[in-house]
Amino acid sequence: MVKETQTEQWVITVSSKHKWLDLHIREVWEYRDLIFLYVRRNFAAAYKQTILGPFWHFFQAIASSAVFTVIFSGFAGLPTDELPPFLFYLSGNLMWSFFSSCFRDNSSIFTANAGLFGKVYFPRLVMPFTAVITAFFHFLIRLGLFIAVIIIYMASGVPIYLTWWIAIVPLLLIMTAFMGMALGFFSSALTAKYRDLQMLVGYGMSLLLYSTPVIYPASMVPEKYIDLYFLNPVAPIVEAFRYAFLSAGTLDISRLGYSLGFTLVTLLIGLILFNKVERNFMDTV
Amino acid sequence: MAKTMISIENLSKVYRMGTIGSGSLRDDFVIWWANIRGKENPLLKIGESTERIEGEYFWALRDINLKVKEGEVLGIIGENGAGKSTLLKILSRITSPTEGEFHLGGRLSSLIEVGTGFHGELTGRENIYLNGAIHGMARSEIDRRLDEIVDFAGVGEYIDTPVKRYSSGMYVRLGFAVAAHLNSEILLVDEVLAVGDIEFQNKALGKMKDVALEGRTILFVSHNMDAIRRLCTRVILFEDGIVKENGSVDDIITKYFLQNSPIELTSQIELPKSILPDIMRINNRENKNQLSVCGNHLSFFNNDSKPQYIFKIGETWKIRIDFEVHNPLEHCIVAVGLVTIKHVAIVTFWSKPKKLTPGKYFAQFDVDIPLKACDIQFAVGISNYERSIYYAEGIGRVSIMEISKETSQPFRAKGSGILLSEQITEIKSIR
Repeated sequence: MVKETQTEQWVITVSSKHKWLDLHIREVWEYRDLIFLYVRRNFAAAYKQTILGPFWHFFQAIASSAVFTVIFSGFAGLPTDELPPFLFYLSGNLMWSFFSSCFRDNSSIFTANAGLFGKVYFPRLVMPFTAVITAFFHFLIRLGLFIAVIIIYMASGVPIYLTWWIAIVPLLLIMTAFMGMALGFFSSALTAKYRDLQMLVGYGMSLLLYSTPVIYPASMVPEKYIDLYFLNPVAPIVEAFRYAFLSAGTLDISRLGYSLGFTLVTLLIGLILFNKVERNFMDTV
Repeated sequence: MAKTMISIENLSKVYRMGTIGSGSLRDDFVIWWANIRGKENPLLKIGESTERIEGEYFWALRDINLKVKEGEVLGIIGENGAGKSTLLKILSRITSPTEGEFHLGGRLSSLIEVGTGFHGELTGRENIYLNGAIHGMARSEIDRRLDEIVDFAGVGEYIDTPVKRYSSGMYVRLGFAVAAHLNSEILLVDEVLAVGDIEFQNKALGKMKDVALEGRTILFVSHNMDAIRRLCTRVILFEDGIVKENGSVDDIITKYFLQNSPIELTSQIELPKSILPDIMRINNRENKNQLSVCGNHLSFFNNDSKPQYIFKIGETWKIRIDFEVHNPLEHCIVAVGLVTIKHVAIVTFWSKPKKLTPGKYFAQFDVDIPLKACDIQFAVGISNYERSIYYAEGIGRVSIMEISKETSQPFRAKGSGILLSEQITEIKSIR
């Protein structure tokens, strides 16, 4: 018998045994062109044959903030931490929509891409990254609007004070993005197998919105419930964002620390779940 | 020695039938606990049985071991559900194996579908980049091959038009063009050649051949034996989730036909007992209840009168039709038509008219037509006074094939067409 002399130089090895967490980060890096192209596609494809294109984000932000201003501030008389109500709602909407689109796009990552995932392999993490980066660009568009509105208010003499805390906004964004992504993974892991949980997820998101200081300030929450209130990990981020730009509300480092811890723990579990689902998702479609 | 590009070891894939849960909470827990530790399902009795379905587990693949060398074009054949596509899905990492492992000696691209991930709103050019990137090509690589791809797809001036405006043919061509220009070392191809028109299929097949000649490794799943013959250097036959056969192209294809032909591949076939199409029956003045003639069987022999159903290219062989006459026939003619399994009529052989009294008869025909490799079915007809009184079609199966490499000139034997020509003409210059 001739013994095989080849010293095997395998490029790829796949085994039925697997690690808890195997992220193929290097592979994701090799597919960076794909992420770039997907982000570009998301923009190009979404705005072809539309009149306003990306300016729809302006419209949405302005319209919903205007409606909030009329209903919650005007009719319901909710306070807005002494800020012009429109600016108050705009800032809340800005963070919340970034969080919710990170969450929403990741929670349907498997079902939305089932056709593609069933035909070709690429590191599946490409898709979550694409979703988050796309959401980030949408955020930037709205941020531009937000800053423009701030300038308009300042020019018309409304006292608005930016703080040095603006420096932590990137950190707030990273936390929001990863928290949305991680919670999205939870939801996608569950909904990949049990589709009816999608309803529950939608319902959960609107409950979360009500318990986040978007349409009312956290200062409205009674003192004895405030610790309980800030168990919602999105709440400190929205408050901190508003404080950084408009010096209204609170910025509590320990609560932000809690949000960060929450993000890291959920991200770890979320990635493990994602890993598990990506291995055999195609068998359950 | 050529490098091993694919090495598959004890690979199995088990699907659980039914959807949720194993039926018992305890079993569910055991499976779940094994699962989160990255272990295998302890409730699967690996290697204890060879039944494909065990309770609620379905073995799509069982214990596959396979090595593919660099430059090989491995054909994978088998009936639907035999496990071919599951193997491709595991190798292309769309789903993961339940058992075992595999190693690849290079990058792998799978062409399970052409135009995967095309977006209708994007232009042809944008889609080439996107599709290339999905298959793991870097932008710089696509830049380099863009002209080649556009050229191969033949979409020319429409390259900057959104693909939703493409005809389906253009769409498929563009999809295939990207796939064919991927530069991974291993290519998995699953029936994608079955799309498009004949001309494009041939072009695609030719391109695959070029790719193979570049020394890349190809796994090719197809039901098209013609394509397998033209492309592959080796074939494996899947059956019920295992590799049933592994060997040379012609051997395995023959074995496959032997066991899977819808018509039993034998040297003697029972002929159906009556059978005239209704339209003929109406015109038939004979007693409708009693057929005056009926076929008994159709059989094939080689030149030495030995029963056989596979013949070498260029070999002369015989067809014999046995039939029974119930009523006297004044002017009886027996005919047999040869039709390829792709429904191309080749030829019809006729007997001389003869007056027959009730009894058993046979007619024998010599097939001396130089046929190329093909599979043939038969139509048998018997007439009286030129009116059909017995007719049966789509029966029997004979394979003409290149049994050993030295018997024929492979170049001429493999060109298109049904007939093999011995003529070799000379090229003359025009003065």
